[in-house]
Amino acid sequence: MRTTQALARWSRDAARDALPLAQRIVATAAQGAEAAWRTFIGQQIEARLARVPVHPGPGGVDPFGLDLEWGKYVLAAVAFLHRKYFRTEVHGVEHVPAGRVLLIANHSGQVPIDAAMIGASMFFDAEPPRILRSMVEKWSQTLPFVSVLFTRMGQVVGVPENARRLLEFGEAVLVFPEGAKGISKPFRQRYQLTEFGLGFMRLALETETPIVPVAVIGAEEQYVNLANVGAVAKKLGMPSFPVIPQLLVPGLQLPLPTKYRIYFGEPMRFYGDPDDDDAVIEEKVWVVKATVQSMINRGLKERRGIFT
Amino acid sequence: MSDEPVAAEGRAAGSPRAPDARPPEPAVVITGICGRLGRRLARRLHRERRVVGIDRRPFPDRPKDVVHYPVDFRRKKTRDIFRSENTAAVVHLGVMHDPRVSATVHHDWNVAGFQKLLDSVAAFRIPKLVVLSSANVYGPRPDNPQFLPEDWPLLGGASFSEIRDLIEVDMLAQSFFWKHPETETVILRPVHIVGTVKNAASNYLRLPVIPTVMGFDPMVQVVHEDDVMRALLLALRPGVRGIFNLAGPPPAPLSRLVKALGRPQLPVPHALFQGALKQMWNMHLTSFPAPEIDHIRYVCMVDDRRAREVLGYAPLYSLEESVRAVDEERWP
Repeated sequence: MRTTQALARWSRDAARDALPLAQRIVATAAQGAEAAWRTFIGQQIEARLARVPVHPGPGGVDPFGLDLEWGKYVLAAVAFLHRKYFRTEVHGVEHVPAGRVLLIANHSGQVPIDAAMIGASMFFDAEPPRILRSMVEKWSQTLPFVSVLFTRMGQVVGVPENARRLLEFGEAVLVFPEGAKGISKPFRQRYQLTEFGLGFMRLALETETPIVPVAVIGAEEQYVNLANVGAVAKKLGMPSFPVIPQLLVPGLQLPLPTKYRIYFGEPMRFYGDPDDDDAVIEEKVWVVKATVQSMINRGLKERRGIFT
Repeated sequence: MSDEPVAAEGRAAGSPRAPDARPPEPAVVITGICGRLGRRLARRLHRERRVVGIDRRPFPDRPKDVVHYPVDFRRKKTRDIFRSENTAAVVHLGVMHDPRVSATVHHDWNVAGFQKLLDSVAAFRIPKLVVLSSANVYGPRPDNPQFLPEDWPLLGGASFSEIRDLIEVDMLAQSFFWKHPETETVILRPVHIVGTVKNAASNYLRLPVIPTVMGFDPMVQVVHEDDVMRALLLALRPGVRGIFNLAGPPPAPLSRLVKALGRPQLPVPHALFQGALKQMWNMHLTSFPAPEIDHIRYVCMVDDRRAREVLGYAPLYSLEESVRAVDEERWP
């Protein structure tokens, strides 16, 4: 009986005192976050955002769903990963020409953080800042929250029609020609490029777009993938099912804080008929692939440690 | 003039045509004239052109100079109407899409009926045919390009078999376009039409609480019914032929549409949404079949550059105006 009364009194007190207190704490925290946003990272991001050329439609959203007002907090998180967590070194970002351009990079790391880091380099290190539009796996569109996050941050489904339209707008488009095979490659194949798709080269020829080769070093070691289990991937409808033992260790679900190094190469220009035979296109693709591979090899030779 | 007694003629009394007047100017025949869009088109068009409607439903507040034959367009009488009426154009709006009606009835109405209509158009060498298809024939899919061109494959039936007959209608019209160059065939594929119309999109936006799929907020296109009506008028101009995607104002995330309506949004996890909707569908509590959820999950947007350039089409209504037009009709 007494306990019930005590409980009733407690709940009444809680409703009267604790709830407003909790509300005040939440409000203070929100204010604090807003103030911190304004004084620390926010200012820089807002200043850079103001200089980004975008084509927003009604309600501040571009036709592909990019929404920088929504995305600026994500940019802050990406900035933290870029600067503090992965301590990214960026080389040669000044090689990226103004106007439409295709960035062709190696894909690695099980989770597409490499795309976010290349995007961060284009936003925080390039002058003027640019919003990179990357071509993503269509599977990502079937994932709740991920699909919204990707869309609002300016990522688009990797089909040629989308890339063509973005290039017509004069955007910088990131393509990983290795696709899903590249990002989920097992640890023993790290830094060995898998087969390149040919689509990006046809697109570059058709739209006369310069290609900037990009090499990302450091992503391969963030998650150690022992092997891909194709049968499980097929069953779950995923592009691949990597075996990553570290995910079972508490606290290691986060990627390992390797040091990222991103190298932007000199722009390459290709000319020819976009509808040529695969053999002709393959030769041109091979040139790009060899360039990316040699940039990776040079980067690997230069680095002294995975984490430093 | 027609000596042949057309059964509808008696009921279509009120037609101002006297039997001994000069031969009437060629008419625009509208199938499905009694739908919301058909009535709007008739009210707009009857001031410039002679309008003849075929629809078994009643036509309330029919303008006096619009002739209405209350017959089923699949019946042989339709042919008699074409024989007696000098026809300049046929506008086919009479596509049935009621997910509660069986696939057999749908097929008989939409495909077999439309084929008969096409036969009449060919037999009477009618110079113009306008078919209102839909952008739904492309289908919402995760691997869709952001803006689908007219020559994109029609994959809408892959995940939602009930709309296969609508794809067939589109295909029949396409093959008619190639087989009968003497008829200017126009196929319009509008995105979700919103307004007083009673289609799935408008009914969805009329819900008092709008459920969405948690973690999904696809970009969507809507078009105001009057913008579609103006596109139909543009399609009736001589010389226009081909397939045209129709979009309204620039696309926006679904959540913006809900916000513009000022109604609460209820995000529901996909598995729960699908399960609940299937149950409600089986219990006749909803008019939305479960596969339609994909429309609020994946993109199905069109590239309307061809309509803008060739048809001279430009939507007049803004996103807010278009979306709010659904409230002109009370729910449901």
